[in-house]
Amino acid sequence: MDEDAGSMKRIFKSGAGAIVTKSIGLKSNDGYPNPTVIELEHGILNAMGLPNPGIEEFSNEIKNFKSLKGPLIGSIYGKNKDEFEKLAIKMEEYGTDAIELNLSCPHAKGYGLELGSDPEIVYQITNTVKHAVKIPVFVKISPNLMDIVEIAKTAEKAEADAIVAINSIKAMKIDLELKTPVLSNKVGGYSGNAIKPIGVRCVYDIAKNIHIPIIGVGGIINGEDALEYILAGASAVQIGSGIYYKGIDIFKKICFEIDSWMKQHDYNDLTEIIGAAIS
Amino acid sequence: MNYPTIVKILNIKKEAEDIKSIRFKYPKKTLPGQFFMIWIPGVDEIPMSASYIDNEIKAITFKNVGDATNTLIKMKKNDKIGVRGPYGNSFKITGKNILFVAGGTGIATITPAVEDIVNNKDTNTVILGVKTKNELFFEQRIKNSGVKYFVCTDDGSKGYHGFTTDLAYELMDKNQYDLVITCGPEIMMKKLLYICKNINFQASLERYMKCGFGICGQCCIGDGIRVCLEGPVFDGKTLKNIKDFGRFKRDSSGKKIKI
Repeated sequence: MDEDAGSMKRIFKSGAGAIVTKSIGLKSNDGYPNPTVIELEHGILNAMGLPNPGIEEFSNEIKNFKSLKGPLIGSIYGKNKDEFEKLAIKMEEYGTDAIELNLSCPHAKGYGLELGSDPEIVYQITNTVKHAVKIPVFVKISPNLMDIVEIAKTAEKAEADAIVAINSIKAMKIDLELKTPVLSNKVGGYSGNAIKPIGVRCVYDIAKNIHIPIIGVGGIINGEDALEYILAGASAVQIGSGIYYKGIDIFKKICFEIDSWMKQHDYNDLTEIIGAAIS
Repeated sequence: MNYPTIVKILNIKKEAEDIKSIRFKYPKKTLPGQFFMIWIPGVDEIPMSASYIDNEIKAITFKNVGDATNTLIKMKKNDKIGVRGPYGNSFKITGKNILFVAGGTGIATITPAVEDIVNNKDTNTVILGVKTKNELFFEQRIKNSGVKYFVCTDDGSKGYHGFTTDLAYELMDKNQYDLVITCGPEIMMKKLLYICKNINFQASLERYMKCGFGICGQCCIGDGIRVCLEGPVFDGKTLKNIKDFGRFKRDSSGKKIKI
C-alpha cells in the first residue's frame, strides 16, 4: 500500500498515526517484472525493484493526501548524495512532514543497502539532506550489515533526527518443481512476523548506543509485538506486512492492545517504557 | 498460502483468432469472477480470470497482447506454469432476469457466471460483443447453457452490427432486468453503468497487479480499494464514486495512464 493518495488516505483513516510513502526516486521506475511478491510459510518475500512514478508525478499523490492533513513521511532513494538532496528538497516543497532515507533496500543494484553499508556514504547522504531541508530526516537502515550499530552511530553523527530499523532481510526462495528462484530478481527482502526477533535485537543494540529516537519496524502484527520494540528502545513503530496478516484495521487493533496492556500494568504514558528493557 | 503451485498444461485449445485456452488440474474451489495469478517462468506473472471451472480442472483464456501472453500462447501440453489463487470476490447472481454483457476477452470471465445459473435459464440474456466475427469464442458454451443470447460485432460481420452498449440500450427499453453483469473494455462498462440507471450492476475490473493478496497496493482505485482483494467485481454504487473508472489506470511504476 501507500503507492497512491487513495491507499494512503485509507490507511490514515484506519488509525495509522502517520504514513510513509513508497520510496520515490527522481525518475519513474517500473520495478522488476513479476513475480515480485510471494508468501512463504513464515513471512512475505518481495523484490519490487523500487517501482515509483518519479518525484514530479508523485507530487499529485502527496497534495491529494495532504488534504486530510495527516502527517506524511516521504521515503526517498537515489544513487548518490546529490540525488537524495534534490528529492528531499522536492518532498519538503510538496508538503511532506519528514524525510526517510532509504539506505537499506536489500535488492536494488546501486541503491539502498549498497549505499547504506558504507559508513562514509551514509554520513555524506544524511548530512547533505539534513542541511538541505528544515523538516526532520530519518535514516532507514538494514539488518543485513555486520555492524548495524556503526551505521546508526554514523547517521546520528551526521545529524539524523531518528533511525528507522529494520528494513527487510535479504532472502531467497527456490521452487523445487522448477528448480529456480521464484522472484524474477531471484533475491528479495523477507518480512513478516518471523523477522521480529531480529528487528527487536537491532533496535535494542542501536538504542544502547545512540541518543536520537528510533522507529522500530519488522514483523509487528499485534500490540505485544509493538510493545517489545518500545521496550527495546523504539519511540514509534511502522507496519507493513501486518496489513496482510491482520487486515487494514491492524492500526486500530494495535493501539487498542497497547492501551489495554498499559492499563493492566499501571502505565499512563508510553514514554515511561521506551527502552525500559535496556540494561 | 500465496505461493504458486506448479501445474502441467493438460491441453491448449485455439478458441478464435489469437485467442487460446489453457487447461490445468487445480482442485481449489473457484467462483465465477475470481482470478488466478499465472506465472510464466522466466517471463512474468499476470492475473487471469477463470474461464472454465470444474471441481478438478480449471482454465484460462487469453488473447495474445504482450510478453506474458505471447509466451503463453506458444506453450505446449505438459509445459509447466505456476498458479496461485483463486483471488478476489465473485459475481453475486441474484434475480430472474439478468443481462450479461461481455466484450472481447471479457467473454472468458462472463461465461462461467452464465453457466453457473441453475434456475430460470431462459429468462436470462447474454450479449457477446467482439470487433469482428473471427474474434468470437465460447458461443457454443453460451448456447449450451440455455440462455437467450445475441452476438454483436463492431463491423457487422456477425449478428448485431454495433456496440454492445447500443444493443443493451435497446434490450433494456423492451425488457425489465433485475441485474446487469459485465466484463470487457472499461469504457464499455462505464457507458453501460450510466445506461443502467437504477438497475443493479456488477462489473469486473482489470488492473496491473503484483501481489494479488492486498499488500502491495499496485491495483488500488478510489480511496485505497484493492481490486485484487475487494474486487475485481464491484457494484454500480461503488463504481460511481470512483473518479478513475473508465478514465485512468496505473502502470507498473504507479503512474496514471489514460484508458
